[in-house]
Amino acid sequence: MLLIDCPHCGPRAQIEFTYERTLDSIVMLDMPADEAVTRLYARANPRGLDDELWRHSFGCRQWLLLRRDRVSHAILSVVAYAP
Amino acid sequence: MKRYSALALLKAGLNGQRGWDRAWRDPEPKKNYDVIIIGGGGHGLSTAYYLAKVHGLRNIAVLEKGWIGGGNTGRNTTIVRSNYRQKPLHDLFDFALDLWEGMSDALNYNVMFSPRGALFLGHSDSDMTMLAQRGDALRCDGIDAELLSRDQVHKLIPLLDMSRDARFPIHGGMTQRRGGTARHDAVAWGYARAADALGVDVIQKCEVTGFTMTGGRVTGVETNRGSIGAGRVGICVAGNSGPVAAMAGLKLPIEAQTLQAFVTEPVKPMIDTVIMSQSLHCYISQSDKGGIVLGGDPDQFPSYAQRGLPARIEKAAAEAIALVPALSRLRMVRCWSGTTDMSFDGSPIISALPVDGLYLNGGWCYGGFKATPASGWCYAHLLATGESHKLAAPFAFDRFAQGATIDEAGVGFMPQLR
Repeated sequence: MLLIDCPHCGPRAQIEFTYERTLDSIVMLDMPADEAVTRLYARANPRGLDDELWRHSFGCRQWLLLRRDRVSHAILSVVAYAP
Repeated sequence: MKRYSALALLKAGLNGQRGWDRAWRDPEPKKNYDVIIIGGGGHGLSTAYYLAKVHGLRNIAVLEKGWIGGGNTGRNTTIVRSNYRQKPLHDLFDFALDLWEGMSDALNYNVMFSPRGALFLGHSDSDMTMLAQRGDALRCDGIDAELLSRDQVHKLIPLLDMSRDARFPIHGGMTQRRGGTARHDAVAWGYARAADALGVDVIQKCEVTGFTMTGGRVTGVETNRGSIGAGRVGICVAGNSGPVAAMAGLKLPIEAQTLQAFVTEPVKPMIDTVIMSQSLHCYISQSDKGGIVLGGDPDQFPSYAQRGLPARIEKAAAEAIALVPALSRLRMVRCWSGTTDMSFDGSPIISALPVDGLYLNGGWCYGGFKATPASGWCYAHLLATGESHKLAAPFAFDRFAQGATIDEAGVGFMPQLR
C-alpha cells in the first residue's frame, strides 16, 4: 500500500487516489495528429522512475504530480499540478 | 527423448524409477540462430515448438533470463476459455481452445487440461441480457455457449448463495462447457521438452541486455553470455515488453501493472467448474490439489514490484465469500503477483515492429495464459514467414494510430481502465 502525501490534505492511503497517466502523455487540442497519437499511445513504461499524474479522487479531487519508482514503490515527490 | 507412457512408467517402476533422461538439455548458446525468441514463458516456448514442428525450422533459441515458466506463466489462475465478445478475440482464443484439447497428446506431456466448464454468473436482468448477447455472438461463430437459468446454475454449483437477499443475487449464467483449467507449469515444461526434442536450444539464465543493429536492422542480441546473431528476433516477455523494446529505442502502447492471485488451504472437491461473473471481477476455481484459487482486479497503476495492494485481495475475497459463503471457513495460504503488460485496448499485440528484424508478442493484459498455444502458433507463423497469421492480423502494433482498437470491455483507451 502506498502512502501518498497530498500537498492539500496530508498523508493519505493510496486507495483514495487514482492514477491517470504519465506527464509526457498529456494531449493538447492544437497538437498535430501524429504527435497526439504518440502522446496517447506510446509509453516509455520504464522499469524505474517516472513522472505520473494522479488525482486525489476521494479527497480534495486535485491533480497531483508524483515522481515515483515503479520497482521499489518509493515516492520521491508529490506536488500540486495545475494543467 | 524417451516417450512418456504408462508402460514406460511401469517399466521404470521395476527399476526404482531410475534411468529417466533430462526433460530438456542445458545447451550453451551458439554464435548464430535463424530465430531468437526472448522469453522462456509458455508463449515463447510454444512459439519455438511450432516454429520447429509446423515450419520445419531447427536453428532456434529461446533465451530466458531466469528459469522457464518463472514469470506470468507460473502466476496466473490457469483458466482456459474462449467466450469473449469481440470476434478477433474469440476467434483467436477458440483456436487456442482447439489446441488445448489435443495438447497433452501432441506434446507427450500431461498438461492436466480439465474442461470443467467456465461459467459467468449474471446478477441482474441487464447482466443476463449482456450474457445472452455475448452467447449469441459466440454461437454465430460456432463457439459453444449455453445460457443457464437460475435453477441450472444452482444445480451446477450448490454452494452458491441463492437466497433472494444475497449480496449478489444469482439470476442465471452463461457457461462454456469446453472451457476449464490447465496445469500452468506443465504447459511451459511440456513445450520446452517437445521443442528441445526438435532441436530448439532452450537457454536459461541468459538475459538479453541489448540489440545488435546493422544498418537499422536487428541482427542479434547482446546477453550476459555474449553476443548471439539472429535472422529474426521475437520479443515474448509480457510484463517486461516496455524495457526490452526500449533497448531498440521503441515505445509501446503498453503499461506494466500488478495483478494478484491467491489460494486457500486444500480441501475436498467443492467447486467443480470455473466461476466468473458478468458484474464482479472475481475468479474462483479449485485446483487439482484442492486449493481454491482466486483472482481479482489489477492494481490500476504502473508497477514492476510483483507485489500488490492488500485492498485488491480483500475485495476479491469479499466477493468470493458473498457468492460462496462456505469459502469464509477457509484459510488463505499464499498470495502472489505478476507484472502484466496492460495494453491500451485490453487486447494483445502480435506484430512486426517498426525496426526491421524485430517482432513483438505482448500486451496480453491478464488474459495471456489461455491463449498460450494460439499465441505461439501465430507468432511462429509471423517469425517464419514475416507475414501475420490471419488470426493475428487484427492485433497489429499500429492499430491504435489507425483507430482499429479491439476493446472487449468497451471502456476506452487507458490501460488502467481494464
